[in-house]
Amino acid sequence: MYFPISIVTALLFALGSAAVVAGDGGGFNPSISLILDGRFTSYDNGTDYELPGFMLGGEAGRGEEGFHLGHNELAISANVDDMFYGKLTAVVADHEGDTEVELEEAFIETLALGHGLAVKGGRFFSGIGYLNQQHPHAWDFSDAPLIYRGLFGDQLRDDGLQISWVAPTEHYLKLGGEMTRGERFPAGGASHDGKGAGSLFIKIGGDIGESQAWQIGLSHWQADIEDRTSGGHHHDDGTAEIPTYNGDSQISGVDFVWKWAPAGNASERNLKLQAEYFIRDEEGTVVMDDGSETPEMSTYDGEQKGWYLQTVYQFMPRWRVGLRYDRLESDNRGSDEEVLSEAGLDDEGHTPERLTLMSDYAHSEYSRLRLQFAKDDSNEDRDHILTLQYLMSLGPHGAHRF
Amino acid sequence: MKRTYSLVLFLIGMGLTQASVAKLNIFACEPEWASLVQALGGSQVTTTVATTAHQDPHRIEPRPSLIAKVRRADLLVCSGAELEIGWLPMLQRQAGNRKVLPGRVGYFETAQQVERLGIPEKLDRSMGDVHASGNPHVHLDPHRLLKIASALSERLITLDPSNTAHYRSRFDDFTSRWQQAVQQWQRIAEPLKGARVVVHHQDWDYLFDWLQIVKAGSLEPKPGLPTSAGHLAKLRQALKEEPAVAIIYTHYQSPKAANRLSQLTGIVALELPYTVGGGEGVTDLFSLYDETLKRLLKVIP
Repeated sequence: MYFPISIVTALLFALGSAAVVAGDGGGFNPSISLILDGRFTSYDNGTDYELPGFMLGGEAGRGEEGFHLGHNELAISANVDDMFYGKLTAVVADHEGDTEVELEEAFIETLALGHGLAVKGGRFFSGIGYLNQQHPHAWDFSDAPLIYRGLFGDQLRDDGLQISWVAPTEHYLKLGGEMTRGERFPAGGASHDGKGAGSLFIKIGGDIGESQAWQIGLSHWQADIEDRTSGGHHHDDGTAEIPTYNGDSQISGVDFVWKWAPAGNASERNLKLQAEYFIRDEEGTVVMDDGSETPEMSTYDGEQKGWYLQTVYQFMPRWRVGLRYDRLESDNRGSDEEVLSEAGLDDEGHTPERLTLMSDYAHSEYSRLRLQFAKDDSNEDRDHILTLQYLMSLGPHGAHRF
Repeated sequence: MKRTYSLVLFLIGMGLTQASVAKLNIFACEPEWASLVQALGGSQVTTTVATTAHQDPHRIEPRPSLIAKVRRADLLVCSGAELEIGWLPMLQRQAGNRKVLPGRVGYFETAQQVERLGIPEKLDRSMGDVHASGNPHVHLDPHRLLKIASALSERLITLDPSNTAHYRSRFDDFTSRWQQAVQQWQRIAEPLKGARVVVHHQDWDYLFDWLQIVKAGSLEPKPGLPTSAGHLAKLRQALKEEPAVAIIYTHYQSPKAANRLSQLTGIVALELPYTVGGGEGVTDLFSLYDETLKRLLKVIP
């Protein structure tokens, strides 16, 4: 998963002479764009983060305290020829003192199949949900909604193939399907010979008058999971047990976004309302892997669901305020409640919720400074989280999705 | 199973595209080009327009409705020169319509048909939102507009050769009406020559180039950046030394900055239509020019 930073350095040197003029990747030189993300965070609560009822994985967590770097990423993209577009995004981050590069995206996409068809292949963010396809720097808050954190480890991405089709109709209608490897969280094990996960999604959308636009999406994801692990459970005597899941997993979701701007002119004032709901069903077994021959285990039949609702208002050029509410619920059962509890699957009679307030200032469309405050009831120990963040984008930077 | 499914979808797609062959389906990025296409294509074209006079063509959301429109278009008519770089490439990538991709016959950039002003010698983000290919707001110079009309008419013929005679006769008609109007506009606009005018954004460079109006400053400190108190103070000082006769802005820009400078300096702030639909009675390119000159001449007698 992690590659030495020298690979990217070498890549950059190779492209070093490619002085990029403001273009859209249509020239001979690829577009190189860089996102700089730095933060200061303060917490009230010193205990380890947990989300009762959810086995955490992927990027899930509340992040570091104090000054630290966020999601710094380097993207190289271009039209390969008249048929293909290619993009690679590398995230540069520190992991326990070592600077590592993670290949976040590396995909090709057809440009000219026509008839509304497009095929994407490689590693990409899944088309399910609304927020999932957006890069974290395009998010309106500095962190992912709790339901994304709980189900996807912040975001769902995988290696595979995506086919999508836009209908030639008056209203926007898009259908898509993906078949992917199923090795990354929330799948695991790359079952079925490396075709372990798949998804389907549909999106419709349109305008209401000239001031409003909307989109609704439905999505479904499923995987057969082999040995998905999540954060370890430590005993006082120093031994560790790693919760490991085997079984099937299905996630269904609905997403909604509505945008308003007076007469469709978003440059002065605009309002965005967005909500998503996901539900996951899993059936299988949980093993507390302690390296022994006879680890503890339990059957597991779980249901986890949650939603968020957020609104962001730009009340004058450069300035925005936002409010977000998150809420999760889970109902997990099994033959051995104690094992489930050790695996983090007991909701401890608690309903995780979070209220987040945000304000940001964009000096230009390439720079943003953000202040965010959250009252986080992810678990029983309430936390107050203050985040200060800068987000800058250098180099040609394409349009964001709706 | 999956393969049969996509084959079925493919055939439905084919069927629906075939059905819409009768008329050319044209997607215009801005109202001025929708108006020109309508004048040149008449009954043989169906035109949809992505933006209105109230919207900033630099900043448009790549909305689902626009993806659906690009999906069904036979021809995109856009300013180009990077005016739409923040949203059009996203629409083109998402719509899956190969006919209208850059470099194809279904993609027409008006600014590429004429010589552009303001091509920067050096590119740097610290200079603001500058366009590498020069200023894209080309439609307010009538000579350049006629050149664009000629190339656009040829493009319609390329796409729909069976109606060549129709497009030729409409172009000839447009040309003779336009040339007549230009002579009249030039006659009445005589007093504007040499007038000093402050602008909000560099929307007016081609109009000024045609009428020999002098740009006395810009409310935006750098192209695309909102104005600031400090910048207004600087402008006020400069205008004290060399006064101007008007501060112009258009519908999609907030009048606040222009009014503030007007208060500071006593120079009149004037809203101009900029594009078709930007004022009462501005329903086509002819009335756009008529109204623009009428309003300018009101403050610059």
